[in-house]
Amino acid sequence: MQRIGVFVCWCGSNIAATVDVETVAQTLAKEPGVVFSTDYQYMCSQAGQELIQEAIREHRLTGVVICSCSPRMHEATFRKTVEKAGLNPYLLEIANIREQCSWIHKDKLTATQKAVILGRAAIAKVQLNAPLTAGKSPVTKRALVIGGGIAGIQTALDIAEAGFPVDIVEKKPTIGGKMTQIDKTFPTLDCAACILTPKMVDASQNENIDIISYAQVEKVQGFVGNFSVTIRKKARYVDEHKCTGCGLCTEKCPQKKVPNEFNLGLDNRRAIYIPFAQAVPKVATIDPNYCAMLKSGKCGVCAKVCTAGAIDYKQQDQLITREYGAIVVATGFEPIQLDKFDEFAYSQSPDVVTSLEFERLMNAAGPTGGTLLRPSDGKHPHTLVFVQCVGSRCDGAEKGKSYCSKICCMYTAKHAMLTREKYPDTEVYVFYIDVRTPGKNFDEFYRRAVEEYGVHYIKGMVGKVTPQDGKLKVQASDLLGGRQLRIDADMVILAAAIEPDKTARPLATMLTASMDTNDFFTEAHPKLRPVESPTAGIFLSGACQGPKDIPETVAQASAAAAKVIGLLVKDSLTCNPCTAKPDELMCNGCSSCEKVCPYGAITYVDKSFRGPNRTTLIRRVAQVNPAVCQGCGACTVACPSGAMDLLGFSNQQILAEVDAICR
Amino acid sequence: MQVNETFTPTIVAFCCNWCSYAGADLSGTNRLQYPANVKIIRIPCSCRLNPMFILRAFQRGADGVILCGCHPGDCHYTTGNYYARRRMTLLFSLLDFMGIERERTRVEWVSAAEGAKFAATMNDFTQTITRLGPNRRLEDLRCKVE
Repeated sequence: MQRIGVFVCWCGSNIAATVDVETVAQTLAKEPGVVFSTDYQYMCSQAGQELIQEAIREHRLTGVVICSCSPRMHEATFRKTVEKAGLNPYLLEIANIREQCSWIHKDKLTATQKAVILGRAAIAKVQLNAPLTAGKSPVTKRALVIGGGIAGIQTALDIAEAGFPVDIVEKKPTIGGKMTQIDKTFPTLDCAACILTPKMVDASQNENIDIISYAQVEKVQGFVGNFSVTIRKKARYVDEHKCTGCGLCTEKCPQKKVPNEFNLGLDNRRAIYIPFAQAVPKVATIDPNYCAMLKSGKCGVCAKVCTAGAIDYKQQDQLITREYGAIVVATGFEPIQLDKFDEFAYSQSPDVVTSLEFERLMNAAGPTGGTLLRPSDGKHPHTLVFVQCVGSRCDGAEKGKSYCSKICCMYTAKHAMLTREKYPDTEVYVFYIDVRTPGKNFDEFYRRAVEEYGVHYIKGMVGKVTPQDGKLKVQASDLLGGRQLRIDADMVILAAAIEPDKTARPLATMLTASMDTNDFFTEAHPKLRPVESPTAGIFLSGACQGPKDIPETVAQASAAAAKVIGLLVKDSLTCNPCTAKPDELMCNGCSSCEKVCPYGAITYVDKSFRGPNRTTLIRRVAQVNPAVCQGCGACTVACPSGAMDLLGFSNQQILAEVDAICR
Repeated sequence: MQVNETFTPTIVAFCCNWCSYAGADLSGTNRLQYPANVKIIRIPCSCRLNPMFILRAFQRGADGVILCGCHPGDCHYTTGNYYARRRMTLLFSLLDFMGIERERTRVEWVSAAEGAKFAATMNDFTQTITRLGPNRRLEDLRCKVE
């Protein structure tokens, strides 16, 4: 005979205000099998947990039902509680009477009735619960970091420092990411390259880090602690081990007219190139779309000049498969395309640039050597207009993004300040909706731009930019002054919204990690688990999870690394014991379950059974690997003979709940 | 009409643990109201729903059954909701055959972020079922419930 204990939580007034908890406890006490029923202010508190443990011991309970908040909140807590009292943690059921009852109903009578029914369903289910023991699965002590920007580098360095091997997969020929393109960083105005490139070198020299550049993740299999990842390393037509990075080939290559993506197309590079001087790995890459040798077989200059003999026109893509215990996503962001914002004349005039292009124009290693010159005629600009929120905070999602891109206010203040500092003869206007500067020393920085550097901040949006007679006619509204402004500008700089990298969506599908509507990765909990994906073993680092500046990115990257280290130090992981289990006597070995299993957890073995007249029958039956099974239950429904059942969510348990609700 | 006004239907909602159950929790966290007729049963994935569970609910007096899972492509187990979708399509034609109104069963994809959608769906579904009136109880001849 079952001995069930029922514990109804008030959750302060969260439940007790709309549900008559005493009535619920008293009504449920009359349910068959219930030997103890009580209510308490906070079941999850120390005192509440002790109350449960004491009742388990005193009344020799064989099952526990807690009517409280969502099991997603405290199931793990209460499992530990009952386990400490000597009861199997899976002999516990939670009736969700907060999120799914007291918080959604106003009428006390209805809510109380519903709470009773939910409690009954949990009691009906717990009667059929079986004690389950979690198995163990081993952990591969190696991590994969996808994306080699500042987020990926920081995560990899931290994991490597802790002594675990880690691979960085970077799609570009070099690691470094967006930060390599930035000139200076706010609010300290440090040179970005000066703080980033030492980290890139650290990463390349760390013996625990393996940088797989010019590569993409192609396939992900497995689960937390045991991922198997296939990486496609694209052919760069240069032997990485032989190339010394001398750069001779990049000077001699006759194909000079290739838009240089590192400078955002503001200048050209050769068909064989090293993205920038401090690239890691410092190895040349041949761009197959422009190389004459690869396209038509006529050229071969780079092979002739290369003293190391590193050029290999016959190189093929390489597929690498490795085992990992944890995967960190650090795919970062990119600025949005501006084709839907033609009112700013971005496509019509080269003097209308994005902020990232402006970074390159200000950068000493950029196309102009750090002298601010107009891209159209190479002249020094005198009037600059910065437009903020281009594509950020848009009402309808059709045109831009509904969210705030977070970093634009600060980098625009930085651009304005640097321009005024270098060229005091310039007039700098910034048009904004709001200036948002939360962050350490951020508001002081912005105020310095206004007060010390005399940047004209004007609240209002730019309506139209028209290129005319070598000038850009800017029409804008000054909301505080209540007037229309017309400015003859030499350059217009657009603070384009940022969005997740395009590779993030297909990657999320491979990882079965969830994303929000803007394609940012969702975290396991927005407040309490911000660096983990809801999918176990997948961690989030940097702007792939939401817009972030560099300090925040680095903080999150280290946090993700800490979580990964916490996982990798374990020798084994406790598996979810709610796995599928076949009834071998009923299984006819038809393979229906094997076909629907997304994890390949089901195999078949020949087993001997007692046949008629003392004969032995050999039959093929399904077998589930509990370390691989994730407990989705697809097989339980696919099984035509009903042999497959799911522990913890068995057919009988769910039917008992159905019956209790429909009673 | 008089019957409908006093009629409070029994509605069973099967919600997958990862998206829809969390979506239901979110509508609670946001204090979005929906009728108390809806009682949620948590299942690990929408593919755990055996069509038999729905038939059983109708046998025991449910007036409507709704299955909520992750949006196609977002399943925690990659493919579970696709299986669920196929199985439910088959079940719908069986229910048609048995003469149970098509509107009494429904499949909706609700993500963990769609608390508002969950509440709106449940409001709408309850209205539909209330309009349809009490369901004809199916009988299980294997074990007659008196």
